[in-house]
Parts: sequence; structure tokens; C-alpha cells
Amino acid sequence: MTFDTIIFYFFAALAVVSAIIMVTRRSAVHSAVFLITTLLATAGIFLQLEAEFLFVVQIILYVGGIMVLFLFVIMLVNLDVAVRQIQFSRQSWVGAILAIALGAQILMAFRLGSGAFNLPAASTRAMQPNAEQIGAALFQRYMLPFEIASILLLVAMIGAVVMAKRKI
Amino acid sequence: MLTPSHYLYLSLALFTIGVIGVLTRRNVIIILMSIELILNAVNINLVAFSRLWGSVDGQVFAIFIITDAAAEAAVGLGIIIAFFRNRETVLADEMDLLKW
Amino acid sequence: MNSRMLEEIQPFILPVIYAVVIVAVLPLLAGYIVLLERKVMAHMQARMGPMRVGPHGLLQPIADAVKLLLKEDIIPDKADKLLFWLAPLGSVTMALLAYAALPLGPTFQIADLDVGLLFILAVSSLGIYGIVLGGWASNSHYSLLGALRSAAQLVSYETAAGLALVSGLLLGGSLSMKALVEAQDQIGVWFIFLVPISFFIYMVASIAETNRAPFDLPEAESELVAGYMTEYSGFRWSLYFLAEYANMIVVSGIATTLFLGGWLRPLASVHQHLGLPFEALDILPALIFLGLAAWCAKLAMRQAVPVQKMVMFLFVGLFVVLAGAMAWSLTSPLMAGIHGAFWFIVKVLVYLYGFLWFRFTFPRYRFDQLMKLGWQFLIPLALVNLLMVAIGLLLHQHFGWWLLWTVILSNGLTLLFAAWLGSENAKPSSTEAEALAAASGGK
Repeated sequence: MTFDTIIFYFFAALAVVSAIIMVTRRSAVHSAVFLITTLLATAGIFLQLEAEFLFVVQIILYVGGIMVLFLFVIMLVNLDVAVRQIQFSRQSWVGAILAIALGAQILMAFRLGSGAFNLPAASTRAMQPNAEQIGAALFQRYMLPFEIASILLLVAMIGAVVMAKRKI
Repeated sequence: MLTPSHYLYLSLALFTIGVIGVLTRRNVIIILMSIELILNAVNINLVAFSRLWGSVDGQVFAIFIITDAAAEAAVGLGIIIAFFRNRETVLADEMDLLKW
Repeated sequence: MNSRMLEEIQPFILPVIYAVVIVAVLPLLAGYIVLLERKVMAHMQARMGPMRVGPHGLLQPIADAVKLLLKEDIIPDKADKLLFWLAPLGSVTMALLAYAALPLGPTFQIADLDVGLLFILAVSSLGIYGIVLGGWASNSHYSLLGALRSAAQLVSYETAAGLALVSGLLLGGSLSMKALVEAQDQIGVWFIFLVPISFFIYMVASIAETNRAPFDLPEAESELVAGYMTEYSGFRWSLYFLAEYANMIVVSGIATTLFLGGWLRPLASVHQHLGLPFEALDILPALIFLGLAAWCAKLAMRQAVPVQKMVMFLFVGLFVVLAGAMAWSLTSPLMAGIHGAFWFIVKVLVYLYGFLWFRFTFPRYRFDQLMKLGWQFLIPLALVNLLMVAIGLLLHQHFGWWLLWTVILSNGLTLLFAAWLGSENAKPSSTEAEALAAASGGK
């Protein structure tokens, strides 16, 4: 039981438990808080995988940006009435069974195909310094997707502003 | 000993929970949050394999996914706000303007 | 099995000790910074500040802490219990977590992360949740408004702060806090002298980030009562308070590491360039403590009450002991660590004094003025500053221009842009002009 595995199981358990709690809460604010813990646990998994830059990016963007946006909107559209209504839709049983069937199919695909690829046991190539390598990759090999992502963000920003305005 | 299978199973669990959330909840905002959960599950997968192969391509892809998730969340929430202003509801069952 | 486990834990023992020390010392430190603030505020307003509890009010933080701990824990009736309990915890946890990457000296760091600076920024941005969830959980209009205003302010100034830090990163070449200080050692000059405008932007943004005056609208007492903290009393409120002052110290720590040279002595590597014996400045800490001891002794003679005289002599003794420790450490291998910590603490205190000074000097910003300053002045200025710093760096490193010329050029161009931007912002915007015209023309 090395330190690595303990950290992995801790964050994995935290992520799964938080996710289950998240989809079962009545109040949307509670769901948002548990999604935040799930995202933080995912960031912990990234750190355990030695992806330090992604760990920080996950916290800054996802937890510090997207979830703040979610919380603001939840507080804006919060209805006391909604909390006392039925939380699960009429097709929830069918939906849950379908989702579990999908999960089982993917699980079978994993089990059956686990010997198909020649996966090396562990990587021997160095991944450090992580931020520099990602920076080099983003600005050299993936320059075009990077620029497209910037334009995407610009368009999304304009779209969100227009959608949320009272009078266009 | 941690193999990539561990990360695959974890990401599968999160993915399934996210799909359950999308298919069973009525509140549209919680549906959006479940979609974010699904994207995160995919990210874990990508980063685990990027570590396996020792290249940063998986992590760069994960960064792009996070960026896209941000854009999608912003526009989706804008749509929810606009709809809420018109119909006073955030429940998916009651958003049936296009129904016959 | 036993020795293998010991091997596994061995790299973690020292960081855990540092972490425990920080978590244990920080509440006391925050309490004394509050006392310092009240004393400084009082002396700036020509009065004396807390004088009753303990000699010269030195035990005031302890009295405050005891009062807050013993106060009744009131929870509003319809408050969301889980979030009400969680919000102050979240605030304090995030504020304390940022200390993990803050370097006090060359070896006094809990974790030398490769992405240390980004980590501290990320964790500071998580502090928003403590505020937003606290305001929401209180189930009160004023709290929610104050919380949303505070969160909007934090988010607005985060971008400007990040951009200002990035220009310092360009000069340092690495995200690790330790490497940034070592880069300042290598270049021989603190970054504040190379990019003073970045330091200015970061200072303004950090004051807004920590909700301090003149940006303290969300929590000022004459505004929305106490904003998101209104419904919290007793220990929960003291957690918020601790989080705010811990945040202040973290932000000062970042500014010190990035712009003021971290743990480096003033003129630390200048002797390499000029050949003068600046190493003699190493005796400065001991001299400073001896000077403080002499001043306390002079004050002790003027005290009327015997108790206060005794306390002053105690301080004289303390300072003499510290001076001795500084002088002794000149010859021991721990010198870099102890002197580094001394200079770091001095610089953080100077920056904190700036915080305190601004609080009692400037009037408060109105919320729309605050947002306008953040989005329409600081962010464009930070972007243009980043561009100019990058151009200056390129000219210096690739084309070999002299450092002084590139500094003057880049900062001069940024200042011109700032002057233009300021004059643009001072003109009323189109909506304001319409409102003015309607008000004066439709009479």
C-alpha cells in the first residue's frame, strides 16, 4: 500500500461519493457544493497523476470559474416552490436502468478488451517540467486548436451576454 | 500497484453517475451540472493515458475540454436565465413550448 | 515493515511540522495584526487606540478571542444549516491552504511546487465560495446582496492581479516561487524596479481581492451592515475574520516574493556587479534589533506606571536576545534561513503597513466605480503592461539592449497608455451622458 495508492483511493472515493450525493439533492445549491467537492477530488487525481498544471487549471477554471457561474445562476433562479416539488422526472426509473446498462456495456468492453493493446506497465519518459511541456505543446503543435478555442470563448462570451440581457 | 485500469473504472463510475443525473433529474441546472461531471470523467481518462504514454497530448486535450465546458456552461446558463424570465420555471418537464 | 514505512514518511515529517506551526501561529498572528491595525488607525487619527487590556493594549487580541469563543452561537431560523456551517470553514481552509506554497526562506517552504504561484492564485480564488455560500445560507437579503457584490468584486480583480503577476513571471522564467526569488538574486535587482507598474496593479488588485478599504463596500459598516458576515456571530465570525487577515498575509507574501525580492537582503547581489563590500549589510538585522532595544529602553524611562516600565524592559530584553541570535547566526550554516526569514517578514510587514495606511487614507469606492475601475482601467492597463514587458524583455535578451533603456522604454509606453486610458475613463460614458442631458434638459 504505497502512498500513491492511498491518495488515489482517497480521492476516487471522495469523487464517487460526492457525485452520488450531487445527483440526489433536493436543493440545487447543495448539488453545486457537492459538485465542487467532486471537481476538487478530480483535481487531486490529476495531481496524483503528476499533471500539476492541469491540477491548477482545473481548480482555477472549473471550480473557481464555472462553478461560481453556476452558483450565481442558481441563486438568481431559485424558487422556494421548486424545492418542494418532485425532484425526479417520470422516466427516472427507465433512465436509471438505461444508464446502468450503458455503464455495464462499457465495463464489459473494458474487461474483454483489456488484453488487446500492449500497454506498457508504467511510463519511463519524464513528464517534468509539466507546465513548460504543456506550454510548448500548446504554442507549437496545437497552435491552431488554441486559437480556435480563443475564438470559441469570445463567441460564448458574446452569446452569454446577449442571452442574459433584458433588452437586446 | 496502480494500473490505468483503476483510472478507467473510476472514470466509468463518474460517467455513469453523470448519465443517471442527466436522465433522471427535472431541474435543468442539475442536468447541466451532471453534464460537467461527464466531461470530468473523460478528463480523468485522458490524463491517465497521457501519463501512461508519457506525452502531454492527453493533458492538452483535457485543457481544451475544460475550455469548451466553460463556454458551454456560460451559454447554457444564459439560456436558462432567458427561459426563466419568460416562463418562471427551471424544470425540464415544464419546458414544453414546442409540444403539440 | 516498520523501517520501510519510516522511509516512506520521512520526506513528509518536516513539511508537516511547518504546516502545524503555521496553522497554530496564524490565528495569534492575525489577532496581533488586528491590534496593529487599530493602533496604527488610532495614531493616524491622533488618538491612542486600545490601551486598557494589558500594557498598551497588548493583550487585547486575547481578550477578543476569549469573548468570541464564549459568545452564544446564533443561527437564523430559516438558514440553510449545512451551508451555514460550511461557509466559514471553507473560507478559512482556503486561506490557510495557500500557505503551503509560500516560501519564507530558502528552505522554509512546505512544498516547493513547480506551479507554486498558480496554486496560490487558484486557492485564493476558492475563497469566493466561503463568501457566496455564507451570504446565501444566511437567508437574508442584505447578506445575499453583500455576498454577490463581494464575489463580483473578487472575480473582477482576479484577472488584473493574474496579469500583473504574469509580467513578473516573464522576468522570472518559472512558476515556482523559489525559482522566482532565485531569478531576482541572479539578475541582481528586485522585480519592482523592473516592472513598477505591475507592482502598482498588483497592489490595487490585492487590496480589492481581500475586500479591504477603499474597496470594502461589501463589508463596510455603514453599507449593508456587514454584508455576508451579518448573520454570523461568535466563533463563526472570528473564522471569517481570520480568513480575511490570513488572505492579507498571503497576498503580501506573493507580492514580496514576486516583486520585493522574497528572502533576499537589500542589495544582495549588487556586490557582484559593483565590487563594493555590500556583504557588510548582513549585520543589518542585528543592528535593527539593537536599535529597537535602545528605543524601548528610552521609552521605558518615560513610563509612569511600574508595570509598564517592566513590560518595556522585557521588550528591551527580547530585542537584545533577537539581536544576539541574528549576530550569532552570521557564523552558523543556518544563516541563510534565519536572515532570509527576517527579511521576508520585514517586507511583508511593510506591505501590510501599506494596506493599513490605505484603509485610513482613502474614501470608499462606490460599487459601480469599483467595477469600472477593475474592468475598464486595470485590465486594459495590465494587458498593455504585459505586452510592453514582453517587448522590453525581447529587446534586452535577444537584441542586447541595456536593461535600463528597456525598463524606461516599456514602463514609459505603459504610462502613456495609462494616461490616455485615465482621460478616456474620466469622460462620462454614453449612458451617463444621456442621463445627464435628460436630467438637465427635461426640467
